[in-house]
Formats: sequence, C-alpha cells, structure tokens
Amino acid sequence: MKKITNATELRRIQDDLTKNFDPNQKMVTICAGTGCRGYGCIKVKDALEAEIAKQNLNVEVRATGCFGFCEKGPLVVVHPQKIFYQRVGEKDVADIVAKTVMQGEIIEKLLYRDPATGATVMQEEEVPFYKKQKRLVFGSNGIIDPTRIDSYLAIGGYSALAKALTEMNPESIINEIKKASLRGRGGGGFQAGTKWEGCRKAHGSPKYIIANGDEGDPGAYMDRSLMEGNPHSVVEGMIIGAYAIGASHGYIYVRNEYPLAVIHLTMAIESAREAGLLGKNILGSGFDFDISINKGGGAFVCGESSALFASIEGRAGEPRAKYVHAVEKGLWDKPTVLNNVETWANVPLIINKGADWYASIGTEKSKGTKIFSLVGKINNTGLVEVPMGMKLREIIYDIGGGIPNGRKFKAVQTGGPSGGCIPESLLDLPVDFDKLYEVGSMMGSGGMIVMDDRSCMVDVAKYFLAFLQEESCGKCVPCREGVRRMREILEDICAGKGSEGDIELLEKIATGVADGSLCALGGSAPNPVLSTLRYFRDEYDAHIKEHRCPAGVCKALITYSIDPEKCTGCTLCSKVCPVQAISGEKKKTHAIDNDKCTRCGACFEGCKFDAINVK
Amino acid sequence: MTKTKNIAATTKTIVKKHGGDKSALIAVLQDIQEAFNYLPKEALKVAAKSLGVSYSRVYEVATFYTAFSLKPRGEHIVKICMGTACHVRGAASIQDKMERTLCIKPGETTPDNKFSLETVNCVGACALGPVVVIDTEYHGQMTMNKVDKVIGKFKGEGAQS
Repeated sequence: MKKITNATELRRIQDDLTKNFDPNQKMVTICAGTGCRGYGCIKVKDALEAEIAKQNLNVEVRATGCFGFCEKGPLVVVHPQKIFYQRVGEKDVADIVAKTVMQGEIIEKLLYRDPATGATVMQEEEVPFYKKQKRLVFGSNGIIDPTRIDSYLAIGGYSALAKALTEMNPESIINEIKKASLRGRGGGGFQAGTKWEGCRKAHGSPKYIIANGDEGDPGAYMDRSLMEGNPHSVVEGMIIGAYAIGASHGYIYVRNEYPLAVIHLTMAIESAREAGLLGKNILGSGFDFDISINKGGGAFVCGESSALFASIEGRAGEPRAKYVHAVEKGLWDKPTVLNNVETWANVPLIINKGADWYASIGTEKSKGTKIFSLVGKINNTGLVEVPMGMKLREIIYDIGGGIPNGRKFKAVQTGGPSGGCIPESLLDLPVDFDKLYEVGSMMGSGGMIVMDDRSCMVDVAKYFLAFLQEESCGKCVPCREGVRRMREILEDICAGKGSEGDIELLEKIATGVADGSLCALGGSAPNPVLSTLRYFRDEYDAHIKEHRCPAGVCKALITYSIDPEKCTGCTLCSKVCPVQAISGEKKKTHAIDNDKCTRCGACFEGCKFDAINVK
Repeated sequence: MTKTKNIAATTKTIVKKHGGDKSALIAVLQDIQEAFNYLPKEALKVAAKSLGVSYSRVYEVATFYTAFSLKPRGEHIVKICMGTACHVRGAASIQDKMERTLCIKPGETTPDNKFSLETVNCVGACALGPVVVIDTEYHGQMTMNKVDKVIGKFKGEGAQS
C-alpha cells in the first residue's frame, strides 16, 4: 500500500474501499482460528478455493480470525445471505459451492440445530450462543482478513487514530480513557487512564508502551484470538496510547506457544509501517512511533510486569520489588505503560464512539465488555464477549448451553491460577471486577472453566498449585517453599494420606505465602486452595476423614466396578485394560480384579454401555 | 564443514541478524533452537561471546525458560496440553497413556530419537481438549484409546505399547 500522508487521505482511502464494497457480492468466509485449524479448516478452505476455481466463479474465499464458536468448527459463512454452516468438512465443499454459493440454496444438515427446540438456525446472530453476546471488540474477527490492512481499513480501521492525531491532544485522549473508565483486561483491573496519565507526567525519556500478549492463564485464549484475528485493532490502540503518553517505541510481548499470532502481528506491523501508520511523522502529525515484537520463552511469570520487562531486556524473567511504579521506572528503567492486548483493542472503540457511549455499557465500576473463554465441561465451548455485569448463569446456561451429558454443574473457575472456584449458589453473581473479587476469585484475563460433578475440587486445587510451583521463579522464599509445601499437603490428601490438622496448616501457610511473596504470582497463589476450602470444604473432609473422593477422580481413593445389569460382555474393556485386570467370557458379565487395577480409567472411557462404575 | 564449525557459523549469522545487541539474547536462543532443534553447548558459548554477555548469563536464560532444551530432541515433539480445560477433561490420563505408549516421561526422548515428550501449560485450543500437539499438528478430543493410533501414524510401523 502507498504511504498515507494525512488524515484526509486516509478517509478517502477508507471511503473508496467502502464504496467499492458491494453488499450483494458473493463471498465465503471461513474461520481460521486455532480451534478450527485443529478441526482441519485449512483443508476445507483449500477445497473451497479449488472448487470455486473449477466452477470458474469470481467468489472470494476469506480465511478470517476466530468466530468464537469453537465447539462447532470448522465454521463457514456464505455471503451475502450470511448463511452460517457448522462442522463443515471437505466432503461438504462441492455441495456448498453448487447449492449455496451458486443457487442460494440452504443445506439443512450443515445448519446449527438448537438443542432446546430442535429447530435449525440460518444466520450466525440467531444462534443462541451469539444472541446474548455484545461483540464490540471481537465482532470484526469474523469479517476481516487479518493478513490484509485494507480489510481493516474497509471497516473504518485507523479512523480512531486519525481522530486522535487531528482532533484531540494527548491530554484529551487520556481524559477520554479516564472518563470511559477503561480497566486493564489482563487481571489487575487497574484504571488504564490513570496509568497513562502517570506515565505522561513521569520524568525520563524515552517512554515505552507494551502490549502484554503473554496469555499465560491456562484455559484462556481470547488474546490469542484477537492477535490472530484482528491484529490491527491492537496496533491502532497502541499508537493512540503512545501518542497520549509520548512514547516513541512499543513492544508486543507474545507467548511462545502462539506462532500464528506472531505471524499476523508481524504482517500487521509491516503493512502499517508501509502505509505510514507506523514510523516517522505518522499521518503528517509529526509524531514518530514504531513497534517491535518479542516472543516469550514459555514462562508464566513473564505475564507479571517486572518479569516481562526483564524478559524484553534479554534476561531471566524474575520479578523485582516494585517500590517505584512501572510508569516511573519500567522497561530499561524508563517510564513504561504495560496494558493487556484486549485493553489496547478497546482503545480505538472508545476514541471512535466516545467515553459516554462506552461508559453506558457495563456496571458502575466495570465498564464496557469482556471477552471470556468459556471452556471445560460446557456444551458450547468458545469465546464469548458480554457486557460487564452479566450473570454467571446467563453466560454458562444461555450462551454456553449448560453442562454436557446431563451432568450437574459444580463450579466455575475464573481468574486463572490466581483466581478461585465459584459454586452453584453464586451463579446469579453479576460478573465484574469487584464482584468476582468479593467472592474470593478474580477476573484475571478472562478464563472461565466450568466443572461438573466429576471434577474433584481438591484435585483442582492440587493442579493449580502444581502449576504455580513449576512456574514460581524461585526468587523469594515464601512462594518457592510455601507453594511447594502446600502442594505436598494436597498430594497427600489426594493420595488418602491426609490427616487432621492439614486444612488448618494449609490455611496458615496460605497466609504466609500471600503476605510474604514479592510479586502477584506468589501473592495470589493460595487463592485456588482458599476458594475451594471456602466453598467445598466437605470434599476436603471426605478425602481426609472418609478416604473417599466424591467426584471419583483421585486414583488412590477410588475403585472401578462393572455393573452386571448394564454389561453386555462385549469384551472391549478387557481389550483396552493395559494390565489385564478385567476378565470375563464373551457375552457374559465381566469383572475387574481390584488388586491388578491401576485406576487408569481406560475401561471407563471405552465402555459404550455406561457399565463401569467409579466410586 | 565440521559439526562444531557449522554450529559456530550458524550462531554467528543468527546473532548478526538480531543486530548483536545483548537484549536480543532470548530471540537469538529461539533461533538457535529452531536451527538445531535444541541449544548445543557450542552455540551457547559462541552466542555469549558474540553478544558480549557472560556464559553463565546465557546459561541462566537458557535454563529459566521452559521453551529451551539443552538436550537434543526427537524427530517429533509430542506436546500434551495441561491447561485447566484439558485437565478437567482428563489430560492426566492422556499423559499416563502417552508415557506408557512411548515408554518415556515428559522431558525425555525415545532411544530411537523418534519422539520427545513434553507437557505445556495451555495451547489455547480449549474446544479441542484434551489436546495433544505433535510438531504443528493438533489432535483434539483425545482419548486414551486414541493415543496408540495417533502415535502409530508417526511411527509408521505401529506403536510399541
């Protein structure tokens, strides 16, 4: 693209792109997010392109970012009618082109079927999963081609930047962000505007801004989908932020496990530079700014600000004590603003539509929307963007479609390893930063992991502590030793070796770790234990006093048996058993030898008649 | 060119590509690992010298970040996602089964150098959970009973279970 030298020219290019866009133009979009790639969407895309070429049609096949409804991938939308197809395979391609693309005919079997009513749904926005969402930040993901800047410009991309550079000054931008009450989406929930203001006023130069794309919380992938699906929205937010703060260089710190995000961000930065939206004298304003990408090395602690700075500086990611705030002394000891990827993607929205509009969405102290990754034991796994304040029940049941296989909801875990587990009695909790904190959890970056009655809460607590022990950088003693001891106690409890007083000891160590640790990793490390103790103490008691795992998870405390009523003698279980613990004749009830059984669960998983019981 | 000379030359090219600044250490190590599949000792020494940082500092960084390996890795890298979503859907059982099938533990490589087994915190493909990523290919909705089949495909001659 030719270099754009001023805001008027940008507007003209956007107008041309919009004018040339014929709403009746035929096009096929296909979700190429990581989930759909896992389902083989690239093969479907290649097949679509081949078939369209074979039929000699002038129809674009556009691979976009994640649509969000990962459960039903690969997802395809046929335009202009916006016919929404799910679970599309290569074998469906010929039909889609011949019937839907060429004739406008609908293929019933590829439509989404509402499990509640049994009716098929034709368009994306009518699917219950999407109906209650408010997709302000994430909505463009399914439309634009993330590898092309003109695709972003065609939906009005970079107009917020033009507005910021021509109609606003740094102070008024900061005021707008403050008025919108934009809070950091990475976990802390700190007011972004306040941070920006602090950095603007800080002495020292150069100043830096950073987008934190080190999405370390397991079970959270919304930042990944933003970086992959709409990288320019992050870049645009960063340029506006840099202008407001007076920063000359920015970094995007991306997780090592996200190669596609790195590719798309690199393309976005290069094309923005070519278009004159990054580099010297952006849009003729005299403002210079550029961005580089840093890939992480697979350390969870690098999501913490001072550890992230160390990592960009080329050192081991160990946090340091924050006597002086990062806005004064951050990266290379210079004033630095670090915001999460999703926070940056919110900035162009606020500048375009105004703080009043933005602040009208959400709750009193948490404004706007939040993207959650709704995962675990849930029917509709995917990314959902909802206004702050929506009840957990609505997210899990109305959008998420409830718990699979008719099982019972037990808890939802939010906030990653620093968060907590929220029980059924609190399902009517409106989700915002403060409400989650009040019940012993936190927003975190937006992971929402649903658990059913087959999830053991002691095991979940053990899982998180094992995670945190692995990820503790080892610099300070309370975190390094305390988390390890807590993990050992939990391991004993899960192994049936728990004893009276263990819970009290856990609580005591938890206080020490929370109070004595240097950074937030250690400070919040006890949360998974404390929140499960708060709401699921009976499960701890069952493990310790009765040597029983009510959920049937902890190997040392469970036994498998075969229900003679249900067993058909199909012999599958004896075939999959790795230790030959199951015997029985064909077509006769089988039996498990508990002395040989290693509780691996292969028979339970394999049985097609639900005849294996676990207690 | 001998192996050592090759490692030294490649490392120098990588350092040069990153401008030779010591802040690029992590990026340099990432590229070295991409070139050799692990971090050879020789490469670390050359990188330290060319970047003007101590060898101990390079070693510190190389051992701090889990993405780096100081040991040669197998032809195929098997990564088991241990994210929370995968955990509640049974990732631990998949790991058990994978260990039995490959006869190695996470961090180890099979004697024939065919597979290395690793666990990762979350690959961000939770809808597919439990997920196993082999090289760059995602295998979703894994079950213990699918493990042999998936590995067998890479082995050609079937799994050694």
